[in-house]
Amino acid sequence: MDAQTVIAKRIARELRSGMLVNLGIGIPTLVANYVPEGTSVFFQSENGLIGTGPIPEEGMAHPTLTDAAGHPVSALPGASTFDSAMSFGLIRGGHLDMTVLGGLQVDAKGRLANWMIPGKMVPGMGGAMDLVSGAKRVVVAMQHTAKGRPKIIKECSLPLTSLRQVDLVVTELAVIAFPGGRATLLETAPGVTANDVVVATDAELVVPQSVPQMQI
Amino acid sequence: MKTISLKDAVALIPDGASLMIGGFMAVGTPERLVDELVRQGKRDLTIIANDTAMPGRGIGKLVSAGLLSRTIASHIGLNPETQQQMIDGKMAVDLVPQGTLIERIRAGGFGLGGILTPTGVGTVVEEGKQRLEVDGKSYLLETALRADFALVHAFLADYLGNLSYALTARNFNPVIAMAADTVIVTADHIVPVGVIAPDHVVTPAPVVDYLVANE
Repeated sequence: MDAQTVIAKRIARELRSGMLVNLGIGIPTLVANYVPEGTSVFFQSENGLIGTGPIPEEGMAHPTLTDAAGHPVSALPGASTFDSAMSFGLIRGGHLDMTVLGGLQVDAKGRLANWMIPGKMVPGMGGAMDLVSGAKRVVVAMQHTAKGRPKIIKECSLPLTSLRQVDLVVTELAVIAFPGGRATLLETAPGVTANDVVVATDAELVVPQSVPQMQI
Repeated sequence: MKTISLKDAVALIPDGASLMIGGFMAVGTPERLVDELVRQGKRDLTIIANDTAMPGRGIGKLVSAGLLSRTIASHIGLNPETQQQMIDGKMAVDLVPQGTLIERIRAGGFGLGGILTPTGVGTVVEEGKQRLEVDGKSYLLETALRADFALVHAFLADYLGNLSYALTARNFNPVIAMAADTVIVTADHIVPVGVIAPDHVVTPAPVVDYLVANE
């Protein structure tokens, strides 16, 4: 199983029926492919849609039914559409149960940087700052390292997305949370030891005596 | 509300004007107005919009034609030309969190001086802004935005200018329609009064200044 699939499948286990969930682009989008059987969630697309469905069949796409990247999507029964003020009212106003976003860096206290690399990549924050500030639960989906360098580090060198501590970081190696503001290893991926995770992490990591294996 | 030809509608817009333009990655952008802005070669425009789309679509056409001197948007990541013009100093770009941008526009259209949002507290977005504490929680004071013109695209417009929108093409359109001195609308379909039921009117006719005739 490749890294992205491990991450997406594990995050899908966080979904509960009735939740309103926003998935970012990249690995987070893949989470929609692994919704557990019997679980029914509402996916929000911040361009103004609740009830985002899969990519339409050939010939069934509509130019005004798109995701936040402008790509065609379908709408599931019970879907609704709305303007951008409503969309971000849902996000900031405590109505969004969970947001899943990509990450460039996460610091030891669980603060996320994911929107720019000064001098290299300045795409704009889009909805990321509102999502991280406003969602009830923030889950980061990212590979544990980039070109061999840890992405979970003592202090973010990149501009933060929010001061708010994220709730969960899921990588292809581990699940990490931040109880009491300290990075704590909750689970390791199959075939990965706690020490492997510590070595790939450049921040103090609390390792409980017993760390269960990630169920995917 | 007046009906107007495409050419005459764009002729109302002077060089140096500020424009709010609807659309999200060009979905719901009034493409005919954009094309006519390029054809008439308007200069030195400021645009306020969610994003600058991509080259060849929506606002991306204005970027490629070099018509913009300033852009206020939440995302420019899918248009490398915007990023290049920003780096080269040809265009000023103000990046604003998407939820803050739409609320600043809403405030501008709803008679408010600004809004308080938790988004951006403690980040680079806070620079130069006032932080206020309300009931123990921190917020940034984000000021209202208005523009000279709003360029709106609707799905249905009736003869009076009542508007409704289609699916995800709604996005910024009904909000910008409230926040500009002059509101110019294109619609996929122009229909008799009554076709849009009162409950389905999203933008009421009195806020629309010009409805561009279909060809």
